[in-house]
Amino acid sequence: MTEITTTAAGGRPAAIRLTTKQREAIAGVLFVAPDAIGLMLFIGLPMLLALGISVFEVDGFGGFKFVGLANYSKMWVDPLFWSSLRVTAQFTVMLVPLLYVTGLGLALLVQRTSKFNTIMRSMFFAPQMVSLVVVALVWQLMVVDKLGVLTRFAASIGLGGISFLGDPNLALFTVTLAAVWFLMGFYMLIFLGGLQDIPKEYYEAARIDGASATQSFWFITLPLLRPTSFFVLLVSAVAAITGAQAFDLIYVMTRGGPANSTALLISYIYQQAFQYSAFGYAAALATLLVVLLMAVTVFFFLLTRGGRFDYE
Amino acid sequence: MSNLSRSQANVVRLVWMLVTVVLAVMAIFPLLYMLSIAFKGPTEVFKSNLIPTKPVLDNFVYVLTEVPFWRYLINTFVISAVVTVVALFFHTMAGYALARLKFPGREVVFLAMFSTFLVSLPVIIVPLFILVRSMGMLNSYAGLIIPAIFNAFGIFLLRQYYLSLPKELEEAAVIDGAGYWRIYTSVILPLSRPIIAALAILFFLANWNSFLWPLTVASDPNLWVVQVAIANFKSQYAASWNYTMAASTIVAVPMLVLFVIFQRQIMDSIKTSGLKG
Repeated sequence: MTEITTTAAGGRPAAIRLTTKQREAIAGVLFVAPDAIGLMLFIGLPMLLALGISVFEVDGFGGFKFVGLANYSKMWVDPLFWSSLRVTAQFTVMLVPLLYVTGLGLALLVQRTSKFNTIMRSMFFAPQMVSLVVVALVWQLMVVDKLGVLTRFAASIGLGGISFLGDPNLALFTVTLAAVWFLMGFYMLIFLGGLQDIPKEYYEAARIDGASATQSFWFITLPLLRPTSFFVLLVSAVAAITGAQAFDLIYVMTRGGPANSTALLISYIYQQAFQYSAFGYAAALATLLVVLLMAVTVFFFLLTRGGRFDYE
Repeated sequence: MSNLSRSQANVVRLVWMLVTVVLAVMAIFPLLYMLSIAFKGPTEVFKSNLIPTKPVLDNFVYVLTEVPFWRYLINTFVISAVVTVVALFFHTMAGYALARLKFPGREVVFLAMFSTFLVSLPVIIVPLFILVRSMGMLNSYAGLIIPAIFNAFGIFLLRQYYLSLPKELEEAAVIDGAGYWRIYTSVILPLSRPIIAALAILFFLANWNSFLWPLTVASDPNLWVVQVAIANFKSQYAASWNYTMAASTIVAVPMLVLFVIFQRQIMDSIKTSGLKG
């Protein structure tokens, strides 16, 4: 190992002699340090803190009292927790398939490269540029009782007197619809990327063998899209369960109502923490959310065989 | 398809194009509707005409003069710009080190960083809030900006990009006696221009549109960002949809303009992020 003199930024000879290997290691560590420390501090540490806080009762003034697993046992007898869990499940069960079908459907519709399709893709994607708060406000306006454009459209096809956000049976569905409208362009793009990766020869071979378009879709497109499907199902399910996308929508459109019919687990956690200052209980609920996420990840991993696929 | 004659195939294609157009118009309809109401006077809001009979600018004037909306816009712009610049600075540095420099524990650091990828804000919002509060950063620009900087997504994409660069460029610089900082600033950064441009747009967009964290960390109206402001705006002017839609338009239009200019980069960067994910 040849020893060379390090030079500091200004070109001055440094006092310490280091090998090139050591210099590279020091540089590497220093270059990574800001992000590594930041991620540790603002993501890693909060995750650990959540576990820690969940065994305390925290009062409004920041006083901590150790309560063991009381926050966890409290969940069992908390009807609002169970209701929020049910709403989260309903939301996920509606959102994930709807996004899968609309995302893939739109991608298939505009997958051929052409000037026309490029414009159409942009139009489908445009809602993604708008914030969820704006989306929530616009949808709220469209479904205003009696006067909203969608309310009147519903009336014109024989669904008069419908209340999209006032009816507890309908409110979550309305929010889901707004979320699908907002997100479908994103998933369309992801599917377009996946479709591009399927070798054209497979379709040609299938056509020569006399396969119909439907058969090509079921026996070529869908199986070969498995990695993309894994990504889409996982990301949309995680988004639905954590309410990463839905929180803003619900906060503005319904505040969880009517009758808690749109109160997702995340909305409930937020309410417990920031309205009632029940940080300990909120942290326990958040810990449960992490466990749920892990379970869902494993489920989709198994469902799509880890996103792997074989070309026969 | 081979059984169809050419004219039949054309008809099929035309029908599909028509279906696509109808769906695309439906997709952007809510945005057109927002624009339409923003230009309507209060009496015309719920009339069914999409094009206002007498378009007015009163709603915009009201929002920009009667509400401190400029302040919210400036807050949002400054926060988004600072987060974008600082994040790209740190992420390019980290991406460069993770892809090109050998140091002990590199793989562990990368895996640890990557594992934060699936942790979305709602999951950690309670402990993050407590942490930021204990650091004395509640109701401050620091509280709004610093936690928003750190995100594994950008680091990951940049690392992948740097892995694909040819080694020769760096070697030439080393022979010329350049240090690592010098290589980073005069070789790596100039080469990353395209991916930095794409990420800058994505980061700016994400921060411009972010709501949950600013809502949580800054209750002081002087620190409100536009998203928090319009969410509160609505509860104050519940019935005045023309004002609400004008405010929404002011918030949404900068991003829609950005999209019209940078469609390609935005859509390509999202497509690749999905593939690599």
